[in-house]
Amino acid sequence: MAAAVGSGPVVRGRVWKFGHDVDTDVMAPWGVIARPFEERRAHVLRIRPEFAAEVAPGDLIVAGRNWGCGSSREQAPENLALLGVAAVVAESFGRIYFRNAIAQAFPNVACPGIWEATDDGDEVELHLATATVRNLRTGAELSGRPYTAEMLAIVEAGGLLEVLRRKVAAGELGDGSPPGAGTPVPPPDARRSTR
Amino acid sequence: MAEQVLARTSGRAAVVAGEFVTAAADVLMCHEALTMCGSQLRRVGISRLAHPERVHVVLDHFFPAPTAANAKDHTRARALVEQYGIEHFHGHAGICHQVLTERGVVRPGQLVLGTDSHSTTYGALGAAGAGIGVTEMTYVLATGELWFQVPPTVRVELTGTGGPGLMAKDLVLAIGGRHGTDVAQYAAIEYHGPRAAAMSIAGRMTMANMGAELGAKFALFPADDVTAAYLAGRGVPDVAPFGPQPGAVYDRTITLDTTDLEPQVARPHNPGNVAAISAVAGTAVHQAFLGSCTNARLEDLAVAAEILRGRRVHPRVRLLVTPASQQVFLDAVQAGHVAALAEAGAHITASGCGACPGGHQGLLGPGERCISSTNRNFLGRMGSQEAEVYLGSPAVVAAAAVAGELIDPRELWTGSTL
Repeated sequence: MAAAVGSGPVVRGRVWKFGHDVDTDVMAPWGVIARPFEERRAHVLRIRPEFAAEVAPGDLIVAGRNWGCGSSREQAPENLALLGVAAVVAESFGRIYFRNAIAQAFPNVACPGIWEATDDGDEVELHLATATVRNLRTGAELSGRPYTAEMLAIVEAGGLLEVLRRKVAAGELGDGSPPGAGTPVPPPDARRSTR
Repeated sequence: MAEQVLARTSGRAAVVAGEFVTAAADVLMCHEALTMCGSQLRRVGISRLAHPERVHVVLDHFFPAPTAANAKDHTRARALVEQYGIEHFHGHAGICHQVLTERGVVRPGQLVLGTDSHSTTYGALGAAGAGIGVTEMTYVLATGELWFQVPPTVRVELTGTGGPGLMAKDLVLAIGGRHGTDVAQYAAIEYHGPRAAAMSIAGRMTMANMGAELGAKFALFPADDVTAAYLAGRGVPDVAPFGPQPGAVYDRTITLDTTDLEPQVARPHNPGNVAAISAVAGTAVHQAFLGSCTNARLEDLAVAAEILRGRRVHPRVRLLVTPASQQVFLDAVQAGHVAALAEAGAHITASGCGACPGGHQGLLGPGERCISSTNRNFLGRMGSQEAEVYLGSPAVVAAAAVAGELIDPRELWTGSTL
């Protein structure tokens, strides 16, 4: 997750492979969306019933087209990050999901060809800055679409709230908040959604 | 059109697809997600919003509150409106997109950002509406601005004649079925052609709304005399036309000819899993739902009432009608639609999002099947993960409610709203 970006340009991990058009509702079902993460974790991506119980911190998701299509609910990428998923590499993304992931500094990379080139359980290595993905089993290397400088700046800052906190601290918002106001944004595992 | 909106709101003379801009939103819409924005604003230390006069709050997803926790959230939202001096609180007037449209808030050429993926609906009036998440809304509440990559535009030509039994929903389902639910991924849609020009604002709202199910950032109709007449009736006179500039560049153009189009249905569990109604006729249903920001306007209730007048809802079926807004409900009462629906056996619920996202007012149990006028039929969307949701037009919903199974609505209705 976010720490992987700041601490080094490489994310390496075991792959959980998913299909096409996997929607936000199965990542964050509405019926449990308001509950604390520990109560909703068992409901994340039940289209693979073993996923939530067996995913390990540092694992990656490889998916097909249109990963995260659907709702604006931010718990979709948030749930994955809280489960410890280090990054998602997909053929393409639903646009709101993709923006939400950037806002949360959760690495998601579009990489056409990745779905055919990857099997469940493979180990892959993702270089975030270049969006290069190497399959350590097959040796295949694919080039995805790197974040633009603007997106990377948000991810490297630790997310959009952190960008905002820095603006407040620098007195850039002119809203009367004293310089230094606000507290550092807690890491994802301390976050708790109210919905 | 998207380029014109993003050029104006980013203070540039012109922008082209692919460029990055920081754009100032004209209208911000928050539903109950405001409470999460409030927590983030407090955590970051924001005491004032950049433009409280541009912020509109509508409580629709959990109204009337199904749980005490939801009621508490509403209390918090009202307190945040007070605390931050948010100037436009619409309470529980209905579904956010319907309320902001029917109250004349949204105007052609605006950039409208909302904490709801179906904020594309505002494109019906020629406004660039896009859904964003909570963290991005917090940022734009605080700064007034947000980053955008200027999208390429997919031009959709709607041609042909409006055949019997057809509604706007059939057209947008057909586009997703034929071209995929990522046909406009990261792109803007512009709807053009004779069928678009002839379409009512209600129909345009349905098609712009489900731009979200085509992957679109914005889903725009040019603002024309239909738009001007609609807004003039809502206290916004003298609306100027807004459309593409001469020589506008499109990423590609797709055409939908409606002449021989059958009513369409999306099968479980994806809005792009589309079939003609004849291919699924005979599929039994337990619930029929007429609701949501997609299809619960006066025009939709009118079609359902026309089909149900003098008929009865099938004894196996629950027909739930959730008007898009209190104004729609009142108009439908005065037009006699509510009486016709209730006489046929329909249940009318409080307006709001209701059962559509699986919140309350009519969820599905295991093994149940629903025909729904809504926008998404994802696995588990309206309740149980072992339930099935089919998507169709209000005519398809009403006809299925009568028959107890999916049938061609043209067996009961030969009209058309196209």
